[in-house]
Formats: sequence, structure tokens, C-alpha cells
Amino acid sequence: MKDDIMLINGKIVDPATGYVGAATIHISAGKIVKIEKRKKTPSSSKRALNLDNLLVCPGFIDMHVHLREPGREDEETIMSGAEAAAAGGFTSLACMPNTDPPLDNAGAIEYINERALVAPVKIYPIGAITVGQKGEKLTEMQEMTACGAVAFSDDGHGVQNNDIMRRALEYAKACDVPLISHCEFRDLAAEGVMNESFISSLLGLKGITPVAEELMVAREIMLAEYTNGRVHIAHVSTAGSVELIKRAKKAKIKVTAEAAPHHFTLTDDLVKTFNTNLKINPPLREKKDVEAVKKGLKEGAIDVIATDHAPHSVEEKELEFDYAPFGAVGLETAVGLVATELIHKDVLDWASAVERLSAAPAKILGIPGGTFEEGAPADFTIIDPDLEWEVNPDEFKSLSRNTPFAGWKLKGKTVMTIVDGNIVFTML
Amino acid sequence: MSLKIRHLLGLEGVSADDIALILDTAVSFKEVLSRTIPKVPTLRGVTVVNLFYEPSTRTRISFELAEKRLSADTINFSTSGSSVAKGESLKDTVWNIEAMKIDIVVIRHQAAGSPHYLAECCSSTIINAGDGAHEHPTQGLLDMYTIREKYGKIEGLKVVIIGDIKHSRVARSNIWGLLTMGADVSVCGPPTLLPVEMEKFGVKVFDDLDEALMGADVVNVLRIQKERQQGGLLPSLREYNRFYGITRERLKNLNENFTIMHPGPMNRGVEISSEVAEAPYSVILPQVTNGVAVRMAILYLLSARRGKVDEG
Repeated sequence: MKDDIMLINGKIVDPATGYVGAATIHISAGKIVKIEKRKKTPSSSKRALNLDNLLVCPGFIDMHVHLREPGREDEETIMSGAEAAAAGGFTSLACMPNTDPPLDNAGAIEYINERALVAPVKIYPIGAITVGQKGEKLTEMQEMTACGAVAFSDDGHGVQNNDIMRRALEYAKACDVPLISHCEFRDLAAEGVMNESFISSLLGLKGITPVAEELMVAREIMLAEYTNGRVHIAHVSTAGSVELIKRAKKAKIKVTAEAAPHHFTLTDDLVKTFNTNLKINPPLREKKDVEAVKKGLKEGAIDVIATDHAPHSVEEKELEFDYAPFGAVGLETAVGLVATELIHKDVLDWASAVERLSAAPAKILGIPGGTFEEGAPADFTIIDPDLEWEVNPDEFKSLSRNTPFAGWKLKGKTVMTIVDGNIVFTML
Repeated sequence: MSLKIRHLLGLEGVSADDIALILDTAVSFKEVLSRTIPKVPTLRGVTVVNLFYEPSTRTRISFELAEKRLSADTINFSTSGSSVAKGESLKDTVWNIEAMKIDIVVIRHQAAGSPHYLAECCSSTIINAGDGAHEHPTQGLLDMYTIREKYGKIEGLKVVIIGDIKHSRVARSNIWGLLTMGADVSVCGPPTLLPVEMEKFGVKVFDDLDEALMGADVVNVLRIQKERQQGGLLPSLREYNRFYGITRERLKNLNENFTIMHPGPMNRGVEISSEVAEAPYSVILPQVTNGVAVRMAILYLLSARRGKVDEG
């Protein structure tokens, strides 16, 4: 099954060395066996894949994905989510535990592992921090880690109780995995449905103050420092959060962070359309926040680009703005948005963008990937950096269509995805 | 003359020409209301559905009267609670009603943006009768009509809106309409009832009532919902009344020939004293009368825009 193949004439983007240039990659038994940096290889062999004018990156890892299985298989299954990931250029993903029932015990983690065996990409489950994600009682994290959980999170809402979060950070040290925090104090968010700003005032919609996020970011940082635990801040959305994380990193506190494409692309004034696909949590913020998130990605305060892929059915989203659920799908638009909004607008170069999409999440989660080292898994994301395309939700592999980017014209696209030496997606 | 707008979703962005046309047209409908038989055949054959997802007395009656005075066929649909609880989506409800061949939907809904959503997905003409805390454009128009009726103009007048601006659709529609028509608009209330970045609307913002009232011509007093106290936004209604309640003593710094307005229903003794509410400078009941004429004008002009007016 896993034939020896060669990737020839592509331009490799190596985040470890910063090398961007021609190379030939030899693959055998699903692993990288040799990289030869040289200009041209004649494509004589049937086993050679000619990747002229394309970028060859280590497989991208999306560390923030909501698969809806078990519970809402009409919105996304492990299989459909994995296919969407492959089509978007992700060779690995970590799935959040807010399923129904939630992934809060070893049996649930095993269930995901088993279902993931036939999926086209690698799936790493994230366990819940508290039983039922209720924020009250710690889950059996050590057993879940032994079964393959790579991190813990009560994503969907932050852990509201300060003492529980402190104990979770302490306990998770025994598992050597990070806690991923969705930072938002519910009482301050006050049932808001969008960012609190002039736009929420104008629309008469309940606002979520940036402070609801920033206060919890500050708490996580202080608790991480105090406990010497590891915390990863999910989907940073405000300028204040970026600043807090930057300062914490300077103080050598073990904090890492991610940003989602919609938070470096979209602003809250778009909500004036009342398009429920713009109802996302944390909410779309103001221009100054978008700029701060981009600067955070550029300067390293934000380590990772992750999608927060959150599928919802058409029926759930076709409602009044107040009643629609939060979330947008992101797996199949992320690479296009990174290229269009960050690369082509000179925020990041390819090497640093690829680092934030592969090596950084691999390191945080302690999973393979993000490297061209010999012996590493042959996971690759192949990109045509200049391909212009239009986002058409009807073509998504995801079972859900709730994207705020329908009809957007993007430049740069995943054209092939390779997992363990197998082509799992190709447009070539 | 015809309207540029196809639906009346809000007053934000509605041109001064459109507003003036509505107010001018309302003058002749007000005359109709004073006739022995206050009814015209203008909207014969036009079907209007009043879709009220939120309890309403005055606005619903006012719309219904306006429709009947114009000889439109009217259907009332009232339900409390959201469409979600009822199990049918708003879109499906309206599509079903539309399938019975109707022309205009008047909608009152607790969720901001509901009329805008219907305007996107339906073919009827949509009139917003209040959406959440967003807009209540017919109230804004009838308030402007009432002001213009008294002063002969709107431009240059100093209008102060007092109270729970944060949760008030009346405030927002008044602000947009009045600013478009050239009034000088201020808002005043306790800071917990003022939305963030209020000054970006183009209004002056006060938390001191006496300062806000200095030199004002029109004072529009908003209703204080009792829930605001439970929600922690107000320490007590007693304190609200003491610092923001409109009583006779508060009126001393107003301009001569000042006017007191209130969109109703009033909490006498909370945001307004009975004495002020019933004084000759108060136009609270004329506002209600004008509401019918203004809504007739809106129904007529939007029907004409739709090409559905009996010229006979």
C-alpha cells in the first residue's frame, strides 16, 4: 500500500531551518527517508510526483476542531471532519471534547481513536477538564492521557471556578499535557451575542466585553505561573489578550496561544448584516484587535494558527441572530485565508506561517509532525500559493456550510494532502 | 414622489427626503382621521399581516387601525415566546403566510435583526414594529411628526432622550431620524443604562439630568423597565426617580415652549410624575393619535412602492 514515492521539483518550506527552496523528498513505508536539496529532477519514474511551482510543507496540524460525533452526526462526523481537514490541507487534527456525551472519560477517548482508524487524517482527542464539562469535578486525566488524549479543555466555555482551574493545572502536570483554555468569564459575557462596541450599541444586540476574555487570560497566566503548569490560550481575539500573553512569555511563564483565521480577518461591523455565520465565540472584534492578533502572530506572542472549526446545521443557523448558536466552519478556508490575509499582505512569510500551522502545534501537543527530518512521518501539505479561487460552501467536504467566507475570492490553496505517504486529497 | 426604501426596517440610513415624504403624507391622513367617516379606500385589495412575537398593545392597535382606515385586509398573528420554542422557524412561518398571497408584513420581535432577516428571505414588504433593542422606526417617525406639528420644523431643535438608552429601540430610531432631520440630540441616563461608545452615534451624552436639560426644547422620556433593577443595572427605582425622574422642578432650565414626550406605557412616579405627564406641555396623547396617521402614510407609501395602490 505504502509504495516508495518521490516528491520532485517542489519548493520545500522547512519551518525548522527556515529553508525555502527546491528539494526532492524520498518517501518509503510512510516515512521520509531522504531529502535532497537540488534544483531539477527529471520525472522519469512513475513513482515521482512532479510538484513544479508548488510549495511542499510539513503536514498542517489543526489543534482546535469540533467534530460533532458523538451526538450531532448530522453536523459533522469524525469521517466527514477528517475529509474536510484533508481537503483543507490538514494532515492531523485535535478534536475538542464538547460532544454529546462529552469526551470526559477514557472510554470516550478510546471511541474516538477507534473511529479515527479509518479516517484519512490523524486525529488526536482532547479530553474534558471537568466531568460533563460542568466545571465542578476534575476528570480522570491520567487515564485519558494513557489512552491518547493530547490535551485537556472545557472548550465552549472556560472553567469558571478559579480553584478548579488551579487544581486542573496542577493535576495535568502529571500528564505532561497542556490545558487549553477558552477564555471567557460567563458572568461578564452576560449572555452577549457579539462583541461589545459601538456596533453592538448600534444594533441593540447584547455585547460581550473584551474584558470577559482578558480577565480569564490574566487568570490563566497567573495560575500557570503559580502552579508551574502549562496553559494554552485558545482563539485569542482581543488586543488586550495579545498584550497579556506577550508579557507572560517575556516572564517565561509556560503559556502558548492560538488565533483563528476569522479573528485575523473579520471585524464586528460585519454583524450589521445580521448574518448568523458571523456569530462566533469569542466574537469578531474591532479593527484594532484584528491588527493586534496579526501582530501577535508576526512577533510570536501567538504561536499557532488553529481554525476552531465549529460545524452547525443550516436549521440551527437560519434563525434570528439572538437564537443562532456560536461558531463557523474553518478547515477548508484556513489555508486560503492564511495565504490571502497574512502572506500576500506581508504579515508573515511562508516559513513562519508554516511553522504556526505545523511545528508549533506539534510541539505544544507533543505529537509527530512539523519537520522534514529523516524518519519523520511523510505528512505533507502541498500548496499553490498563487491559485485564485472562490469559496463555495456547496463544495465543502464538511457536512456543514456555516462559513462567513462564502463567495470570498482567495489567493493560495491546498492542492494536495499527503498522510503517511498516501495522497488523501488532490486537485492535481 | 415615491420612497427610496422598499421596506421600513429602521431609520438608520433612511434619507431626509424619505422621512419628509412620510411626514408630509401623514398630514393628509391625519385629516382623514378627523372626518365623520375616518376611512378611505386607498389600500383596497392590499393584505397586511401583523406578526407580533412580543406582547404589544398600543403599537398593534395603532397598526391595525391604520390598516383598517385605509381599507386594507388585515390578519393578526400574535404569539409570545420565540419561534424556536414554537418549533417553526420565523422563515417558515412567514413563507407559509406568504403562500396565502399577502403584501405586507408588520413584525414585532424580541430579537434584533428579525425584520432585516425577513426582508432578505421573503418577497413581502416588511415593516419593523420594533426589533429587540434595535429600532422602532414607526415610533421614531411619529415622534418626529409630533415635534414638527408643534414647532413647524425639526432642524435646530434641541432634543434630549432620557432613561434606559441601552435597551431602547425607541431611542435608537429617534436618534437616527432626528439627526438626519438636523436636530441637536442628547441622551441622558445612569451610565449602566447607556450603551458603550454612545457618542459615536453623533449625540451628546450626559449622566447628569440638569446638565442635559439645559436649554432643551423637547424632552423624550423613556420607560424604565422594572427588570433593570433586578438585573443589577439600577440600585433602586427610588434612586432612579430621584436623579432621573422628570418632575416639575426639573423643567426650569428648559427653553420656553418646551415639550414633554413619552412613548408609553408610562411608569408614573418613576420616570415621569403625573403632574408633568398631564400638563399642557405634554404631547403624550397626541403622539398616540399621530401614530395612526404616520402608520397610514407608511403603509400607503410602501404599497405604492410595491405598485399595489388603488388610485380610485
